[in-house]
Amino acid sequence: MNSGILIVILLLYLGLLFFIAQWAERKGNSKWTNNPYIYSLSLAVYCTTWTYYGSIGVAANSGLNYIPIYLGPVIAFPAWIIILKKIIRISRVNKISSIADFISLRYGNSRFLGALVTLISLMAILPYVGLQLKAISETFHIVTNSPESNNVFLDTSTYVALVLALFASFYGTRYVDASEKRKGMVTAVAMESVLKLFFFIILGLYVTFYVFDGFDAIYAKASLMENFEERNTIHGLEGGMNWMMLIILSFFSIFLLPRQFHMSIVENNREKHIQTAIWLFPLYLLLFNLFVYPIAWGGNILFEGKDVNPDMFSLLIPQLFDNTFMTVLVFLGGFSAAISMIVVSSITLSTMLSNNLLIPYGLLGSLQKDNQESNSERIVNIRRIGIFLLIILAFIYYRYFIMDFSLVSVGMISFVIVAQLGPAFFGAIFWKRGSLNGAVAGIIVGMLICFYTIMLPFLLSSINPESIFFKEDFFGYTFLQPFQLFGLDYLDPIPHALFWSLLFNGLVYLFVSVSFKGNYRERNYAEMFVDIDKYINNHENAFVWKGTAYVSDIQKVLKRFLGEERTNRALSIFKMKYNIAPDNLMADARLVKFAENLLTGHIGTASAKILIESVTKEDKISLPEVLKILEESKENLIINKKLTETSNELKVLSALLKTANEALVIKDKQKDEFLDTVTHELRTPITAIRAASEILHDDDEIPEELKKQFLQNIITESDRLNRLIDKILDLEKFETGKQKIYLSKGNIIKTIANSLSPLQQLIANKNIHLDFNENQSAELLNFDEERIVQVITNLVSNAIKFCDEHNGLILISVENKEEEAIINVFNNGKGVNPDDLETIFDKFYQSSNQNIKKPIGSGLGLAICKQIVEAHKGKIWATNVDKGVTFSFTIPKI
Amino acid sequence: MKKILLVDDEPNIIMSLEYTFKKNNFQVFIARDGQEALEILKTEQPDLIILDIMMPNVDGYATIEAVRKDEKLSNCKVIFLSAKNKESDIEKGMRLGANAYMTKPFSIKKLIEQVNELLE
Repeated sequence: MNSGILIVILLLYLGLLFFIAQWAERKGNSKWTNNPYIYSLSLAVYCTTWTYYGSIGVAANSGLNYIPIYLGPVIAFPAWIIILKKIIRISRVNKISSIADFISLRYGNSRFLGALVTLISLMAILPYVGLQLKAISETFHIVTNSPESNNVFLDTSTYVALVLALFASFYGTRYVDASEKRKGMVTAVAMESVLKLFFFIILGLYVTFYVFDGFDAIYAKASLMENFEERNTIHGLEGGMNWMMLIILSFFSIFLLPRQFHMSIVENNREKHIQTAIWLFPLYLLLFNLFVYPIAWGGNILFEGKDVNPDMFSLLIPQLFDNTFMTVLVFLGGFSAAISMIVVSSITLSTMLSNNLLIPYGLLGSLQKDNQESNSERIVNIRRIGIFLLIILAFIYYRYFIMDFSLVSVGMISFVIVAQLGPAFFGAIFWKRGSLNGAVAGIIVGMLICFYTIMLPFLLSSINPESIFFKEDFFGYTFLQPFQLFGLDYLDPIPHALFWSLLFNGLVYLFVSVSFKGNYRERNYAEMFVDIDKYINNHENAFVWKGTAYVSDIQKVLKRFLGEERTNRALSIFKMKYNIAPDNLMADARLVKFAENLLTGHIGTASAKILIESVTKEDKISLPEVLKILEESKENLIINKKLTETSNELKVLSALLKTANEALVIKDKQKDEFLDTVTHELRTPITAIRAASEILHDDDEIPEELKKQFLQNIITESDRLNRLIDKILDLEKFETGKQKIYLSKGNIIKTIANSLSPLQQLIANKNIHLDFNENQSAELLNFDEERIVQVITNLVSNAIKFCDEHNGLILISVENKEEEAIINVFNNGKGVNPDDLETIFDKFYQSSNQNIKKPIGSGLGLAICKQIVEAHKGKIWATNVDKGVTFSFTIPKI
Repeated sequence: MKKILLVDDEPNIIMSLEYTFKKNNFQVFIARDGQEALEILKTEQPDLIILDIMMPNVDGYATIEAVRKDEKLSNCKVIFLSAKNKESDIEKGMRLGANAYMTKPFSIKKLIEQVNELLE
């Protein structure tokens, strides 16, 4: 294919990506860009050309050995929910923008450690970026069928790299604040992830089902090849150890690779997006690996005996069948994989370079004097040039060092170097004792071993493959042989280097941390990192700082980097959050931490600290003092929590009080009504007595017979008055709980019979027919006989009063239920007004018209009955039945 | 001879009232609640009604309302005689068209005075 056409296609493709990025940037927080799927897919920046081309090479040469690099991340995923959430929270509250910031902040905000992490990242990632350029270049030449030119300036791929460098440097520096989210970039990377997977699957289907007749056919042919068995076994325990080390390696990488840190932490919008990532990303990896094996062995079959690079099978196969379209698709997929990695890595590296190396170690002085606009411009320019230079450097690296290495080996070395950050990194979030000295010593020792066991040998071998370094006896010191250190001879070079470097790194980190105590600042950050969940909402409180600082000084520094408006806005939000008076002149620990955070995004943690230190005077604090303050702040948190709980309890109580009060108001009203009615009821007999007495007193001519009648009235009404008073007192005793119920076993039938005998005369007088079977058998019940007699007497008296005047009928029956006995008293009167069936048992019940008098005697009888029955835990009610009314009450069987 | 209607559900109070007014030369009609009173008023036009308020079936307030709507009874005086002695009750009674309101327990002497005053 003509290289001109391919370049045009590439430029169109880049233009499309650029358009997507711009669009996403404009959309900002819409659901298109801010969703868990974009986030999960952007994580697939993990899959570079190494995955795209290199895995096939590995699979072709050594069977399943490409798998462990993907098993590590998959095994890591369950841990993500805990680990990633923690790191995201720490990074969010501290405005962390890179792994260098993250590690160095934890170990006392150490400028040196930040620089060290940056250098290591550069060392690891530059070659890795070079590797991507190499892949683009090589594939470009394969697709265009052009030879690689020895003159750099005549080689087309040089210009591709230049365009990419410009593209990335423009693209990645939109924000001065490096902790800002880059929606455009994330969306474009997610898009590329989809494309590279999609194109790869198309290729896989093409090879498996078009070139061959399915998986079985490939296997059938491949299994006939020599070395098939040899290449497709794990090689026992030793091979298993290799696998295990590779899995550990990729486990570390998914957290520690700067681009993964950037995508999964810095670009994370919502913690809950992790929940989608933990299934979608492994699924992505699985799909990607589905066709690696068929393509690799398909290539092995097709190119058997020919000298071709198996890394390039995915292009060579469609080319072999003259399928230009498929070739270009595959090339674009690989190109996507490469530029995602290049763009994201160069952005993160340049941020680290500027924030953790260049600014704190040199440029800070001049930034300190300038104003905000030119500062922002300079910072952006530093990063922009940084990105450009990094890509060019990577290109040079590729042209002069790694021309001849396979994709995978360079990538692996990168992984091993990055893994050296592992102990300090995981220690940072789980171990409070981990110290700066421990972290630095561990990393340096790990790097030295790494250098000796893998980097040096690789460099040397590119110069002189016959180097004495690789001789078995190694100057007579066999145990120092770089690939078989201390006689460990069954691991491949990469797992071998990882094993020793990580082992010593971790041990030194542990040993030094335990032996030498860190300073108070380390201990302070240790607390804030490990216990982040406690401080998530007010981490400024957890920052221990004592000294003198003026708000105005801090404000001045902030303005140099944030500008007037943002500074004032941020400070007023801060003051509101912590309820600080606006005219407060002195800054406290919280403001110091807050200001550091504001600056961190712009110039990195170390520089932020240096800047704030320059305008504040900090008093030295001893370690025990820090621990004490931390303890106090913890107590404060607990007290705060308790206060919140107490206030909630108070709220509940006040709600209860309100309801109680409302109930009281109702009760009060009822009491008023009751008193009203009671006085009315009391006045009635007094009125009769007074009238009769007045007549007797004033009228001397009154006939003897009438005189007697009036006197009789006085007696009756006096008795009535007395009964009324008795009943009121009775009721009041029940209501206030003073009236006790004395339960004893008794026969309810006999009790009813006893209640009826004093009423028999009255019944006979009114010619009422009473029906009650005194001979029925009855279970013994628990009740207070005297009180139940009172209830029955009352009910039967009412029945006598209200039953039909001419053919009066009263029926009394007892029902034996499982849990209670029901006593029914029926009379054939006209019944109770349906509206009053319930209120009839209230004392002096007010019928719907409150001036209508209750037809039953004093109006207290039924209320007392109700009290007595309820004191027995029974119920009482009235039902209108055909031609009469039944009053019923229950006595429970206990 | 003046006609008087006594409305009260307490027989002993009625008895005293009946004795008193008969002795003072009234023609006396008796009702035990508002319903009975309205029944009597269909045929009789008394000069004065002595009316209780709290009664079964139809209360005193409803009774006076019916009385005041009846044109035949336009000259009829009404005295409430009730144990309800709150100011709001008295006010309501007067508003509904009573000529006087006396609270129980009452003095017979004063009641007679009141009645005579109204019928002059």
